[in-house]
Amino acid sequence: MDRQQNQSNPGVPVAAAADVRQVISAKRSLRIALRVALVLMLFTLAPAQKKSSCIECHSKLEDTRLSAPAKLFDNDIHRARGLSCNDCHGGDPNADTKEGAKDPRKGYLGKPKTLDIPAYCGKCHSDANLMKRFNPSLRVDQEREYYTSNHGKLLKTGEQRVATCISCHSVHGIRSPKDPLSSVYPSNVAETCSKCHASADYMRGFGIPSDQFENYKKSVHAKALYEKQDLSAPTCNDCHGNHGATPPGIASVANVCGTCHGRQAELFQVSPHKAAFDQRQFGECIKCHSNHFIAKPSDEMLGTGDKAVCITCHTAGDKGFIAAGSMRGRIDELIASVDRSTEILTRAERAGMEVSRPKFEMKEATDALTHARVLIHSSSAAEVDKVVAPGLAASAKGYQAGLGALAERSFRRKGLAVSLVFILFLATLVYLKVKQIERRQNESAEGA
Amino acid sequence: MRIEALRAWLDERLSLSTVAAMAQKKEVPVHRHSIWYYFGGMTLFLFMVQVVTGILLLLYYRPSSETAFESVQFIITEVKFGWLIRSIHSWSANLMIATLFIHMFSVFFLRAYYKPREMTWLSGAFLLFVAICFGFSGYLLPWNKLAFFATKVGTEIAGVIPIVGRPMLRFLRGGDDVTGATLTRFFGFHVAVLPATATALIAIHVLLVQLHGMSVPPKLIGKPVKKMKFVPNFLLRDLIGWILAIGVLAALAALFPWELGEKADAFAPAPAGIKPEWYFLFMFQTLKLIPAKVLGFDGEVLGILAFNGVALLLFFVPFIDRDPENLRRRWIFNVLGVLALIYIVVMTVYGYVT
Repeated sequence: MDRQQNQSNPGVPVAAAADVRQVISAKRSLRIALRVALVLMLFTLAPAQKKSSCIECHSKLEDTRLSAPAKLFDNDIHRARGLSCNDCHGGDPNADTKEGAKDPRKGYLGKPKTLDIPAYCGKCHSDANLMKRFNPSLRVDQEREYYTSNHGKLLKTGEQRVATCISCHSVHGIRSPKDPLSSVYPSNVAETCSKCHASADYMRGFGIPSDQFENYKKSVHAKALYEKQDLSAPTCNDCHGNHGATPPGIASVANVCGTCHGRQAELFQVSPHKAAFDQRQFGECIKCHSNHFIAKPSDEMLGTGDKAVCITCHTAGDKGFIAAGSMRGRIDELIASVDRSTEILTRAERAGMEVSRPKFEMKEATDALTHARVLIHSSSAAEVDKVVAPGLAASAKGYQAGLGALAERSFRRKGLAVSLVFILFLATLVYLKVKQIERRQNESAEGA
Repeated sequence: MRIEALRAWLDERLSLSTVAAMAQKKEVPVHRHSIWYYFGGMTLFLFMVQVVTGILLLLYYRPSSETAFESVQFIITEVKFGWLIRSIHSWSANLMIATLFIHMFSVFFLRAYYKPREMTWLSGAFLLFVAICFGFSGYLLPWNKLAFFATKVGTEIAGVIPIVGRPMLRFLRGGDDVTGATLTRFFGFHVAVLPATATALIAIHVLLVQLHGMSVPPKLIGKPVKKMKFVPNFLLRDLIGWILAIGVLAALAALFPWELGEKADAFAPAPAGIKPEWYFLFMFQTLKLIPAKVLGFDGEVLGILAFNGVALLLFFVPFIDRDPENLRRRWIFNVLGVLALIYIVVMTVYGYVT
């Protein structure tokens, strides 16, 4: 029998082949058993999350004041980073009873008092070593900075109606500032601040106005932020600071605005206005541009007209009055020139002429206009003229190109008219020739 | 005397008298559809305009993504009468495609492809294909934004064809994307491959027309038809048409110069409402309207395959409808032709208004 040959593997006895099959089958069973065991192991390991009796109990409570924190915590960034209630409030999340969970011997702190909140959050957020474990790039000076803010200073005096960490960041449902749903996401900041600062009743006790948010909403910055969705556009914290929120002093206004409008701030610092403003204690930029309601600047703000801001200080005949009039005059001249050149180039383009190059070169003139509008912060007509003059030259070049293109169009049309006359004449000649040939052919055919 | 001697000398070597005798012998039937005979000659004339203006443009055109746009800009702004040459080249190309379509449909409806003119039709169908390739390749050469994205869309459509689509797309583009490599090879096709092919095909086509003479509509076969001599009567009439065509081209170039647009930028978003040249529009519009899935198959693929099928059918027309006596088949072909014409016109207009 064992000598019987295996059909599928010639040369291997049948009995030996059966042994091999058994070994293979046993190995296969073992492999399947191991896989099942591995799956079961992973299954039992997967839900091995920390127990939290706080969430278990609080989420079932009927009093929404007590159940809300447990529900809100679902979306909290701290939960996402593996933290739980006891990491802030202390206590024992493994305890099965309320008493056990809230045992002071197990470090239960309960709800912090308003005065203690900055320190409460600062326990972790001011600890550089601890914060590195979660986010190495996160600053750890928020608490210290907070106490330099008006909010912090007032809190230290015992005033409890001021903003603390949770007033802006919310509590239990704290999201990353990069999260669009966060109360401190750029487009939500102004609204968050306005919760207190837009309330006239709330602010009355502090003697500060409550129209900032209304004014801000009409500003050029708000338009950029809300309408253009430009998240780099400034909102409250960009000028006032966030944790160290405080109104910029007279001396620091230019520095605040200058973080974005650097060139204007630089020019202002060396302008004759600097000393005059300092002397009169004027807030630099805001004197002309206002603070919260910063409208889109227009050329009308410059000069000696009714809407010019210059005339609030300057009177006819003084040096500033003359400089303002001169700067406005040169800028108006450049605007008129650019408009004239653009109009003629557009007209030529609509007529089908190729004017893309002169149109591109007109950028030199429009750039000069933008530059001139910045240079007015130097309050020097001579400085403004340094860019207006080349701008006017570039614009004049564009105008000449437009004129040339229209002249070329006119030449083409005249040329076409002459050509068409010649073409029609030629076609008529050929037609007459055809008729003459056919007449002769008919005559000869009739003759034949 | 000297001229006579020269003529004799040339005749001895080139058999000019044979050619002249052949031309003298050729006659053109005169009937109420004779007007359609002029469109073949008009297409040929416009092709010659393309050759001449194309050569002139070649003197300044530089085929690379860095220089193409600037060189065309230079031609139309700096070169004396460069604007005229460029505009005539663009307008003439479009008019040539239009006259080619008219010529093809007139031949179709007048049944000029019946025996023994099957090969004439076939060479003409190939010429139509070559002319469309001329248009597609030439459109990209100014390297402007519209052309860039139209080429991108056009080659993408070609890439959808099963099996051969992807390799064909890579071959056309010279890579995965429309780049300077695409421009270089489109230039190669436009100024070398296609002109050589077109010249050979035109030679065959014209030779076959000479060989078989002008056809008459089936209704007139076997009936006495008035005729006119090709030389000089018909040729001079052709000449009037060509002279007037020059006038039309000059007027179009002067009053509506062909726009250059903005330089192509591969990183810029595609302009809104991008459309191909008008002669591709009916196909483009169809592909836009076709549902994503038709009976479980990809709608776009089906559409492209259908157009390929119709194009293939076009080549076989003389071999399917070959019996002038088969009135039923003639009627079916007439209906199909009219439907195709209506479809092209409606879809093109629809493409423009949407």
